[in-house]
Amino acid sequence: MRKLNILTRGLSAVAGLILSGSVAFAAGAGGKIVERDWSFSGPFGNFDKASLQRGFQVYREVCSGCHGLDFIAFRNLADLGYNEAEIKAIAAEYEVEDGPNDEGEMFMRPGIPADRFPNPFANENAARAANGGAYPPDLSLMVKARPNGANYLYSLLTGYEDAPESMDVPDGMHYNSAYSGNMIAMGQPIWGDDISLAGDGDTSMEALAADVVTFLAWTSEPEMETRKRTGIAAMAFLLVMCFVSYGSMRYIWSDVKK
Amino acid sequence: MQTQNFKSPVVRWIDHRLPIFSFMHHELHEYPTPKNLNYLWNLGSLAGLALVTMIVTGIILAMHYTPHVDHAFESVERIMRDVNQGWLIRYIHMNGASFFFIVVFIHIFRGLYYGSYKAPRELLWILGVLILLLMMATAFMGYVLPWGQMSFWGATVITNLFSAIPFVGESIVIWLWGGFSVDNPTLSRFFALHYLMPFLIVGVVILHIIALHRFGSNNPLGIDVNGKQDTLPFHPYYTSKDLFGAVVFLTIFASAVFFYPNYLGHPDNYIPANPLQTPAHIVPEWYFLPFYAILRAIPDKLGGVLFMFGAIAVLFILPWLDKSPVRSGRFRPIFKVFFWLLLADCVLLGWLGAKPAEGIYVILSRLATAWYFMHFLVVLPLLSYVEKTRPLPQSISTPVMGGAAMAGSAAPREKPDA
Repeated sequence: MRKLNILTRGLSAVAGLILSGSVAFAAGAGGKIVERDWSFSGPFGNFDKASLQRGFQVYREVCSGCHGLDFIAFRNLADLGYNEAEIKAIAAEYEVEDGPNDEGEMFMRPGIPADRFPNPFANENAARAANGGAYPPDLSLMVKARPNGANYLYSLLTGYEDAPESMDVPDGMHYNSAYSGNMIAMGQPIWGDDISLAGDGDTSMEALAADVVTFLAWTSEPEMETRKRTGIAAMAFLLVMCFVSYGSMRYIWSDVKK
Repeated sequence: MQTQNFKSPVVRWIDHRLPIFSFMHHELHEYPTPKNLNYLWNLGSLAGLALVTMIVTGIILAMHYTPHVDHAFESVERIMRDVNQGWLIRYIHMNGASFFFIVVFIHIFRGLYYGSYKAPRELLWILGVLILLLMMATAFMGYVLPWGQMSFWGATVITNLFSAIPFVGESIVIWLWGGFSVDNPTLSRFFALHYLMPFLIVGVVILHIIALHRFGSNNPLGIDVNGKQDTLPFHPYYTSKDLFGAVVFLTIFASAVFFYPNYLGHPDNYIPANPLQTPAHIVPEWYFLPFYAILRAIPDKLGGVLFMFGAIAVLFILPWLDKSPVRSGRFRPIFKVFFWLLLADCVLLGWLGAKPAEGIYVILSRLATAWYFMHFLVVLPLLSYVEKTRPLPQSISTPVMGGAAMAGSAAPREKPDA
């Protein structure tokens, strides 16, 4: 019993250390965050494919005007449920720079599935020049790159409000309840009903924001579904092995007098 | 060493010329181990398992990683997205570092509680502290490699510490960086050293095990083994117990890798390094937080660095600070209280390391730092003289009575009936 006691005390000390570490991650954000249930949260979570496709449409029609998606190739869209022909068609809608050709010139051609999403701006300076000095960050990893990423992005996209009277919002800045410091250069991107979805999808601001956050959760962690599925199998195997190895240990130790 | 008579003629032929089979039989099979080890003695083999896991996954990662400031971040993302099972290898390596430290920290506190650092195991302990130092250097340089914001700024803050050294500090920092700021030369040398140091760790681990096998494991009673009745052959008794421990460890480890792989990391490290933009809070990985708190507790830069390294240095001389002849905390009623205080103090320091260095946190950091050093430099030497320890059992195989019965009796214990 004493052994067990020391073990549990040791483990709780470790848990304490882990928790103390996680405190650090909450630092930095200062805004109002809405907590939401996501299809992809928890060990059994999956990406809702219909939501992914709607979110992709929001990205294409709204976000991609300013934000890049550096780490995503068109071929990755297979995860969203598109087939090869559809992916080829989507890729072909983009113009991609290639070259140099036999004459030594760079040239533009329609995209193919192996291409990554082209950037909206040639470089950071061009992006800043077009956005009043602010740099629209790449969105590939955005959900992983912010504390409580999915809820934070959702809160940011739905957090545009009228500034309180005490606050003086300069030109080119916008009041946002989720953003740290409440002053953000990005204007409200989604207003609701600004996109016509296939079928009768919900086009309210909240629904579109949730869809694009789901899409960005996927771009951050495209391996997530495979990871969790593999994890369930690994845990099942390891739990069985826990019993097996415990049993064999007890069997081997059964002849030892205390 | 006595050579064994093996059944297989091939094994016998080899063993006669190169006695590795006898060696393994001697050190891993019949190696006499105290029979009363509790589960805290599993942590040594778990640390070995963690080290091997880190080296194997690390070598695979190195095959796909590009140590260049323009490509490092992207090459890590390529590993995550385009390399087959690359996400798994990388998450195992990333979380493996944390779990390696969890295991080693428990291993160290086990040693502290049961007096495993005392004669004749002083060198075994010192080699262990050396492993901890090497691990910290390796982990620090490894964290720089993905070249995210925390990688870059962590590297900047920590390398800058060396500038506190009088007269030559600035030159040393430029020499470490290979330039005038943390840049490409820094990244490539950190990569080279991050690949080298685990093999140094393996070397010291081998010495650690040689020193361990000289006198064998300490045990929860902290008394010497009296004879065969007190020990069990390592195989199959402790191999089976270590296997069970390993499976439990892997289960916890896997749940982090598969379900919460980024819980112990910092989101800022998924933002590519930007030398022009400092993050709001620069925090090291969780396992450095207690040391970080000590560093920031001292108002003077050089002083902070000295105290931070002093926190490790004090462990090197611990065997000569604690002079009590009784090893195990079980028989040291006052020491036991101070042990748990020290553990709480270290946890508190870890929590403070994650907090901004302002207001009450600074005061608490200073108190906790003071207590850390008080424990080793004042409390332990004093206790060696003033503490009245409980009577020790005569041998491991003496029937062990309940803790309460033991506390009251000062009379010599009965002879063992075994």
